[in-house]
Amino acid sequence: MSDRSIRGKVAVAGVGETTYYKRGQSPDAEFLLGLKAIVAACDDAGISPKEIDGFCSFADDRNDPSRLSAALGVKEMNLSNMQWGGGGGGAAGVLQNGAAAIAAGYADVVVCYRALAQGQFGRYGQGPQVPYIQGERAFTSPYGLMSPAQMFAMKVVRFMHEHGIKQEALRALSMASYHHAQNNPRAVMNGKPLTEEKYDNSRWIVEPFHLFDCCMENDGAAAILLVSAERAKDLKQKPAYILGAAHGSGYRAAAPVHNSGDYPSSNFSTVAPHLYRQAEITPEDIDVAQIYENFTGGVLMTMIEHGLCKPEEANDFFQLDNLIAQGGKLPLNTSGGNLAECYMHGLGLQIEAIRQLRGQSTNQVKDAKIALAAAGPMVSPVSTIIYGTEDTL
Amino acid sequence: MANYLPEGLPSPAPMNDNLDVPYWEGTLAHKLVIQKCSNCNKHQWGPEWICNHCNSFDLSWTEVAQKGRIYSYERVWHPVHPALKDQGAYVVVLVELPDADNVRMVGNLLADPEADVPIGAEVEAVFEDHPGGDMPYTLVQWKLV
Repeated sequence: MSDRSIRGKVAVAGVGETTYYKRGQSPDAEFLLGLKAIVAACDDAGISPKEIDGFCSFADDRNDPSRLSAALGVKEMNLSNMQWGGGGGGAAGVLQNGAAAIAAGYADVVVCYRALAQGQFGRYGQGPQVPYIQGERAFTSPYGLMSPAQMFAMKVVRFMHEHGIKQEALRALSMASYHHAQNNPRAVMNGKPLTEEKYDNSRWIVEPFHLFDCCMENDGAAAILLVSAERAKDLKQKPAYILGAAHGSGYRAAAPVHNSGDYPSSNFSTVAPHLYRQAEITPEDIDVAQIYENFTGGVLMTMIEHGLCKPEEANDFFQLDNLIAQGGKLPLNTSGGNLAECYMHGLGLQIEAIRQLRGQSTNQVKDAKIALAAAGPMVSPVSTIIYGTEDTL
Repeated sequence: MANYLPEGLPSPAPMNDNLDVPYWEGTLAHKLVIQKCSNCNKHQWGPEWICNHCNSFDLSWTEVAQKGRIYSYERVWHPVHPALKDQGAYVVVLVELPDADNVRMVGNLLADPEADVPIGAEVEAVFEDHPGGDMPYTLVQWKLV
């Protein structure tokens, strides 16, 4: 294999999360949430925060690496990096960037982080309340197409139309996340199980998305600490190695006014082949998947575009029994994910993939060795990482 | 004709760089005017400074046929803007224009918002004037043929 692959060169040393809150309910300021998650990731790894020398974030995070470095007393900062793209499309790309910097020798201890306090800074899921609107949104907002759910629903409608996929497939994806959240004390929806009846009776947000097809909005922070594979061997936790990492999107994916080349798409069809080539595995080798649920329809297309299911088999494959950690064919979103654990712009899903390989999940998949974690379907760029245990190197 | 959605949503305004002015001038005159490359003759929408097919900067604006085909749609129920609080369901359609290289436009389907929406059906443009305010504008809506 070419020396230009990231495979096995970088490992996750530590993960950290704050308490996860409903949106607007964090008692802590956003910057404090970020600090707490970073310090927790360092504690988990057994590395002093002062040893961090690289910072990577995404989704236009507001917490500047220079301020973090000063606050933490970081000795030297050798990397400050922002992954382009709003929303959570960068939740894996942020780790890809950090890993690349370590492999290139730019930095040794890189923290990838995201902090969100919507009470302090305002929320998502609303249309712009301004008198005039310009640019691309002038061609959509006056028609009542304004929110993320509305921006993506037409892609999913077209995809389901082309492949004859039924609403029950989306329901199974939602129920898998809620099922797993019931065993996860960190999950915001812990203690709030979802039934088929409850899903079917829930209000439409925008067809084909019921309320339970849409992610939550939350306050909190998450952080992941990356080091070289050599360094990871001597740390507190069992390392999870990066086997492959890719971000991007296909032909004119962000073309204005819904004119993308491959419209009914999660935007992973060009990204996934790079991932599998680097990781030197096939989709059949994936033991557990964490797929970013902004909306369930995006999960469906992401799994198909990663080769985890064929479109013509979707109605049979997307059933709850196939998706749960307790004996499912392909356990999915085993923390509860963005629907039912926390919407930390998908960084929580990356952490859950790592936990599965350490054997620390609250919905542990037996002998999980390879985990896939994808971020941000339907936006551009999207990103994915495949993690493996030492056995897979 | 009553407007499809209530007043109070953000009004469209031309871009500060004037890139899309010919489109908005066209709709005011009840014409559908979009970009066409003078080099390769391909249409493109939305507007951009360069042709995405041949990378020519020599783009012109041209009137295209006011007919299309429903490519996708969504039925919206949850109001995400105060102006839509009492609206109930409404339908947004994505319409492709077969006479203009299948570029797509977003609009509303002027029909019972709870009726089935036939993907692939032929539609024609309906111009919805908004003459009030200090910057009058016209939206392009669609109805089944």
